[in-house]
Amino acid sequence: MRELVILSGKGGTGKTTLTAAFASIIENRILCDADVDAADLHLLMAPDIKQTTDFLGGGIAVINPDKCTQCGICIDLCRFDAIKENFEVDAIECEGCGVCVDFCPEQAIDFPVQTCGQWYISDTRFGPMVHARLGIAEENSGKLVALIRHEAKNLAEEKNLDIMITDGPPGIGCPVIASVGGATAMLIVTEPTVSGSHDMARVADLAAHFKIPAMICVNKFDLNPDQARAIENLAEEKNITVLGRIPFDPAFTESMVQGKTIFEYSENSEASRMIRRIWDEIMASPVMNK
Amino acid sequence: MIISVASGKGGTGKTTVATNMAVSLGSGVQILDCDVEEPNCHLFLNPEIEKTETVFTPIPEIDESKCTFCGKCVDICRFKAIAILGKTILTFSELCHSCGGCMEVCPENAITEIGRELGVIEKGGANNIDFVHGRLRVGEAMSPPLIKKVRSYIDPDKINIIDAPPGTSCPVIAATKDTNFVLMVTEPTPFGLHDLKLGVEAVKLLGIPCGLVINRSDIGSDDVKKYAKKENLPILMEIPFDRRIAEVYSKGRLVVEEMPEWKENFLKLFSQIEKLAAKE
Repeated sequence: MRELVILSGKGGTGKTTLTAAFASIIENRILCDADVDAADLHLLMAPDIKQTTDFLGGGIAVINPDKCTQCGICIDLCRFDAIKENFEVDAIECEGCGVCVDFCPEQAIDFPVQTCGQWYISDTRFGPMVHARLGIAEENSGKLVALIRHEAKNLAEEKNLDIMITDGPPGIGCPVIASVGGATAMLIVTEPTVSGSHDMARVADLAAHFKIPAMICVNKFDLNPDQARAIENLAEEKNITVLGRIPFDPAFTESMVQGKTIFEYSENSEASRMIRRIWDEIMASPVMNK
Repeated sequence: MIISVASGKGGTGKTTVATNMAVSLGSGVQILDCDVEEPNCHLFLNPEIEKTETVFTPIPEIDESKCTFCGKCVDICRFKAIAILGKTILTFSELCHSCGGCMEVCPENAITEIGRELGVIEKGGANNIDFVHGRLRVGEAMSPPLIKKVRSYIDPDKINIIDAPPGTSCPVIAATKDTNFVLMVTEPTPFGLHDLKLGVEAVKLLGIPCGLVINRSDIGSDDVKKYAKKENLPILMEIPFDRRIAEVYSKGRLVVEEMPEWKENFLKLFSQIEKLAAKE
């Protein structure tokens, strides 16, 4: 089983659209939506949820006012300024370290485990999908991403599926790092803008840092062909395989509005043709065939 | 005054709105790029960096000659950042959340703290405005402490505009908490609307007044407008899809400089925000 993780650094370059497009033209695949705090893949996949499981994050401090003597030890020890002067815990600031719990001389602080979201195993018209919903303002996004990738891998092995496509989150921080560990390769989807270039370079450096082979494609390349070329040159300097270019096409938005993939909406468009070619290149690449 | 520019979904135009509004206002403004994983404001403002500060977070260093392998530090660490294997103690610095619990609990005073680099803060100026951003070190997972460090540069005498990261989890909260107004930039597509709803939920949780900018307002569908009406969210500005704007953006230029007719719109946007924030 091989796993391709789709990343971009910059948001809105087309990760989810491409993930859905790939899913619709191949067989024996499983999908994993690792963008757990703004998951969108389900909007195109219309998953039929078969199994829902609570995601338990860490604990969070809760002070019992009946036992608390307001000695102030917890306030002194808390490095996250999460305990207010009235000895109430600011749940948003609490890091879940539990130091206050262990040091409270009155054992007045509880540490209930938090349900931080839910994760799902679903069927879609393009195969099984593992996805999740992290609660608003929750921490532990990396932990949830690692969990659903693990579950998706298990399911893939159980069902004897060849390939897992993981729709990654934007950025280069905690959830992205959790998306790439142990992946076969990553595809960086970028756009021909200075931001797209800058952010692609940061993801490329992340790929090198974690030694994950990376490939790129430039989406909406015709909005600025010179910039597209500059990005491809930069990628080559960083030893990243350049796969191809996808033209700007209003059909992407139109298909999204209808909850369809680009192949279901306009199979014979130039954009669809290019995406199919990019997928063939990915599957023929040495890194996916080790 | 602190305005945060957020979105839920990435790539909707947060940076475009933040930088163009800042430059339209001119002096007396400070822009703070809190999207430390992928900061982009500098690409449009080209600031002259006057000060660079490397930011560290404390992590434990254990003196094995003092350690008795009692395991108290392992027990207190909720992040599994310390492990004992026989007569060896290991720290996994990238898992450490810098709570200081291990140092506090160690009966032998065998633990001191050293720094793990989170990234850098760069401060400077451009186009009469003050500029600060954070750049997360590649490979570092934890962005909120660096975001908080960027925010420590907020100047209460100025108009502070924060460019927030996408999403709805802890980095966004770190960037938008305790600001006077959250400007949500969205696009009228199913992805835009879905993530806008999540973003608005986060803003409600923080109890901050909020308004919308609809970017590429003539693509997609009317669903974002229907949602805004239902939720009583004011639409403060609409930016239609315009290939010229896309090209100006792609080159790292400012819309208000290349298409000066937009300056008035951004000034109007700010005055509406000012009024709405003052109401609270």
